[in-house]
Amino acid sequence: MSTTELTCQELVELVTEYLEDVLTPEDRARFDRHLALCPGCVTYVDQFRETISLTGALREDDVAPTARDELLAQFRHWKRDGA
Amino acid sequence: MTVAASQADARVAALRAGDERAFAQLVDAHTAGMRRLALSIVRNAAVADEVVQEAWLGVLRGLERFESRASLKTWIFRIVANTAKTRAERESRSVPFSTFESEAAEDEPSVDPSRFRNPRFPGGWARFPEPWEKLEATETRDVIAAAIEALPPAQRLVISLRDVEGWPPDEVCNVLELSESNQRVLLHRARSKVRAALERHLEGA
Repeated sequence: MSTTELTCQELVELVTEYLEDVLTPEDRARFDRHLALCPGCVTYVDQFRETISLTGALREDDVAPTARDELLAQFRHWKRDGA
Repeated sequence: MTVAASQADARVAALRAGDERAFAQLVDAHTAGMRRLALSIVRNAAVADEVVQEAWLGVLRGLERFESRASLKTWIFRIVANTAKTRAERESRSVPFSTFESEAAEDEPSVDPSRFRNPRFPGGWARFPEPWEKLEATETRDVIAAAIEALPPAQRLVISLRDVEGWPPDEVCNVLELSESNQRVLLHRARSKVRAALERHLEGA
């Protein structure tokens, strides 16, 4: 990557790398410098974080595993027949 | 050898010897997670249950060949992922899952390029994104679910595992046999599209 400052259009491509902390120190510094000057990108990164957190709310409760007995029976069968 | 690896070896030895209690523990520890993974791939509860059953058989059959270089859990989940992918490709209208690399290689902007037609600052926002009011998960749930459903299969799977199920990145890479960078590219595309869907929903409302 070049040493010039990031544009907004470049920054939006790096948000996941920024949040996962895998940018090089130089790129991370450029990202932070841009955020310090650009309220639009601050909003964008906030929305991105909010999106991740709201996506986590989709996790559903586990349904009761109904097949446990069947699996154990299969295991006994496998053990007996070696199949 | 690490303590974890030697514990895994002891467990595998018990399973190979036909120790039913060891098998029951394994089933109790992993069946729910296996079902979630299967569901993320096949998108149908009944099919996911069948995949889990089939995967357990694969585990039993493969036990003799298992080598403890991978963790037992990763190995089991890989069997689930592969079983589910085969099932998904066989029966659905959807694109095959062999597209992980090609999906990651496509160049797609995270945000519509027309948003950056700023006459004074090239590549700058033409208009800043509007800050969102505090959102309730109950009101955004359907929008996010629909946006995820509309994603290409590899993106949909990675965001389901990372952001819905909360898997750490290395586990996603190990189970799906994806490179870290492809995993991240797929995740970023998926998140960007879900964010855009929320924005459209909020601005349309």
